[in-house]
Amino acid sequence: MSASTVPEPHLHNSAITPVRLSHLRLLEAESLHIFREVAAEFQKPVMLYSIGKDSSVMLRLAQKAFFPAPIPFPLLHIDTGYKFHEMLTFRDNLARELDLDLRIWRNENAIADGTNPVALGTQRCCALLKTQALLDGLRDGGYDAAFGGARRDEEKSRAKERIFSFRDKAGQWGPKNQRPEVWNLYNARISPGESIRVFPLSNWTELDIWHYILLENIPIVPLYYAKPRRMIVRGDALVPVEQAFVKSLPGEEQWVNSRLRSLGCSPCTGAIRSDADTIPKIIAELVGFRTSERANRVIDHDTDGSMEIKKREGYF
Amino acid sequence: MSVDGSVLEPETNTFAIEEFLAAEEAKDLLRFSTAGSVDDGKSTLIGRLLYDSRNVYEDQVRAVTGKQIGTTRATIDFALLTDGLRAEREQGITIDVAYRYFATQRRKFIIADTPGHEQYTRNMATGASTADLAIILIDARKGILTQSRRHAYIASLLGIRHLVAAVNKMDLVDFSEEVYRTIERDFAALVKQYGNASLTTIPVSALDGDNVVERSTRTPWYSGPSLLEHLEQVPVWTDVALQPFRMAVQRVIRPNQHYRGFAGQIASGTLRTGDTVVALPSGRTSRVSAITTFDGDLAEANAPLSIAFTLEDELDISRGDIIAAPGSQPRQATSLEASLVWFDVNKLETHHPYLLKHGSATVPARVTRVQHRTNIHTLAEEAVHALGMNDVGTVEIELTRPLFFDPYMQNRSTGSFILIDPHTNATLAAGMIRRGLETVQGSAPTHAPALVVFTAASTLPIAEVEHQLLEQGALVVRTAVLVEKTLRALLALGLIVLVEGDVSAQTLAALAEFTTIGAQDFATTEAIVECSLRRLA
Repeated sequence: MSASTVPEPHLHNSAITPVRLSHLRLLEAESLHIFREVAAEFQKPVMLYSIGKDSSVMLRLAQKAFFPAPIPFPLLHIDTGYKFHEMLTFRDNLARELDLDLRIWRNENAIADGTNPVALGTQRCCALLKTQALLDGLRDGGYDAAFGGARRDEEKSRAKERIFSFRDKAGQWGPKNQRPEVWNLYNARISPGESIRVFPLSNWTELDIWHYILLENIPIVPLYYAKPRRMIVRGDALVPVEQAFVKSLPGEEQWVNSRLRSLGCSPCTGAIRSDADTIPKIIAELVGFRTSERANRVIDHDTDGSMEIKKREGYF
Repeated sequence: MSVDGSVLEPETNTFAIEEFLAAEEAKDLLRFSTAGSVDDGKSTLIGRLLYDSRNVYEDQVRAVTGKQIGTTRATIDFALLTDGLRAEREQGITIDVAYRYFATQRRKFIIADTPGHEQYTRNMATGASTADLAIILIDARKGILTQSRRHAYIASLLGIRHLVAAVNKMDLVDFSEEVYRTIERDFAALVKQYGNASLTTIPVSALDGDNVVERSTRTPWYSGPSLLEHLEQVPVWTDVALQPFRMAVQRVIRPNQHYRGFAGQIASGTLRTGDTVVALPSGRTSRVSAITTFDGDLAEANAPLSIAFTLEDELDISRGDIIAAPGSQPRQATSLEASLVWFDVNKLETHHPYLLKHGSATVPARVTRVQHRTNIHTLAEEAVHALGMNDVGTVEIELTRPLFFDPYMQNRSTGSFILIDPHTNATLAAGMIRRGLETVQGSAPTHAPALVVFTAASTLPIAEVEHQLLEQGALVVRTAVLVEKTLRALLALGLIVLVEGDVSAQTLAALAEFTTIGAQDFATTEAIVECSLRRLA
């Protein structure tokens, strides 16, 4: 990272100045430490790769943690079948360029059954295509530790999540059953069949992520950048035109200068009106923003505290 | 565009993103913990801090607006901004450590918000373990309760240097100076008993916002900073980068036969290319040939960066080893005296096999004796045979192989450990090493050589520092000679050298192998004396 040590302003003699590190350098150091602990203490770690901006940062941190060696674990993408085409293209190109061991898991039975959020409702669709696929994919690979890109600032129930989050044999999370986490001493011991989800970005905020992407020149999916896109305009919501089962009323389909603030499945990810076509502009927009990023993810509006319910069931 | 046209244009408040990003990059990080009882208004205080410093999103405010019943004062329930899980929403209490993030123009902040009720001492210790500062909530109407004592004690035990007593609900005692001054005085006396953390006391009303972000007009008798002002100003530059070099090896990186890198997070000190380091336990030394990162090689790296480096010689080093500065090595012992905060529902059992994780090493260990339990209300040392959940005590621990450590009060990273139950895998306790009980390498010298520079900018009295060091049995010399050769000769004798005058940067760089301390970095004589003496070999 460039130019990120900051001298104490009131000290004049550089040789005896305690070096003050910027917050991003400190967050990076913490994340690298977490990656290395997991790689050293677990038999079969995997990194859950969602293609989004947080995954992009997580991937860069993993590269840094083991440099000059390659990343010593595979990446796993849970593909619901409803990811944006631009996401999949980006994923495949990146895997080729970086020579990543990328594995893809889909709940093929549910996809063959035509599972979709319009027919089943968002919660049941997510339960099948995301949560079930994730649990099956982890079990199939025999993974005992899975890195996820969740941040504590995203949602209230995540504010209490540990960095090493313990899951029982069914892959479930008990809010009262979490190990105390002191200093940077992580207890990595588990019994056979149990696993741990690890969140190296726990202490990063959305702004930190974007700022790091900018400083580190990290490639991200073009959907994050604004351009004219075909949208279903419904009240304040912009639903990208991508899946046939998302029906529009006459006049609802329009070209809108827009972008996605977070990436999910195309039927359930709302876009925002935006002209931010560069990362500095995205950051400028973010700083001016007065809504939290998950607010335009349709999935969180089902019930009060819905993220916590998903988590108990095994979703991130 | 014509002159007239530009006058008619609305004034554009162009967002200067470059400036913003430059400011962002310069921000450092303060981690603080908050502790308070259920009714102290802690969640309200944090909610207020976030809201008034514009760190709350509109949708989050909408979600908690109008949910408060039967009050004419506030339509926003600030507590709901921070309370997370459904269970606690139902119970109306906070039940676990929650982390919050916010930023101001000057700093980024991470809050570890911990519950105040008795059965969750472990959460308080968890939050405090990574914090630079602790805010302790005191209800102005109730004064200092046992919880307040406990919070102050645990914060001190976990080595937090800056304590803030926020005397809340001042609106309910009519902003009485007398009430505030009594609490301020009593709490200062209390904190002094627990250690040498600095204390700042602030009268606030979390509900109304007095002295939280803005200074209040309702406390004319209070001239100190608002809570946020204090959080922005408190020095968090730690002297951890100035301490002797320590790094636990997490992993040996070996992509091919030509590269063998030792990866870890620097626990303390600075590593430079060309430095001689010692690997422990082997005791073999070599020189650093390169500090390698994804972004290119570094000439030097400071704590707490995560790095990888290579050595000139092929030493047998593996995960769990400690790399240190050869002139100032950590202590070594197979038997420790340590403070424990017991977390688990199962009681401590002496002579049971436990695992002790210290740095990247996990070592089989047994607690051989409980010296005492500390009653955290009275500080009385109670004779007990075991520690139970939420007990704090001092124990003796025996290890199956030697541990390389520093006392916790000197180095939070090399002085801390956790105990794990090898059968249930539960994290049983957090441990803070006080001392080794039987040093393997004979008696250690009382202190390492150090150069303490009193430049023109230093305001602390050099004579007083010298006097206090002598009183503590240190080998001290005071000089105004700024020549490198002279200083080197004195340091080579193992002395603490107090030098008066502006030592040139070149001289300091030439003496880089010795611990160097700038007197202007310290607020009190005691602090500088402590820092000079803590560099034990």
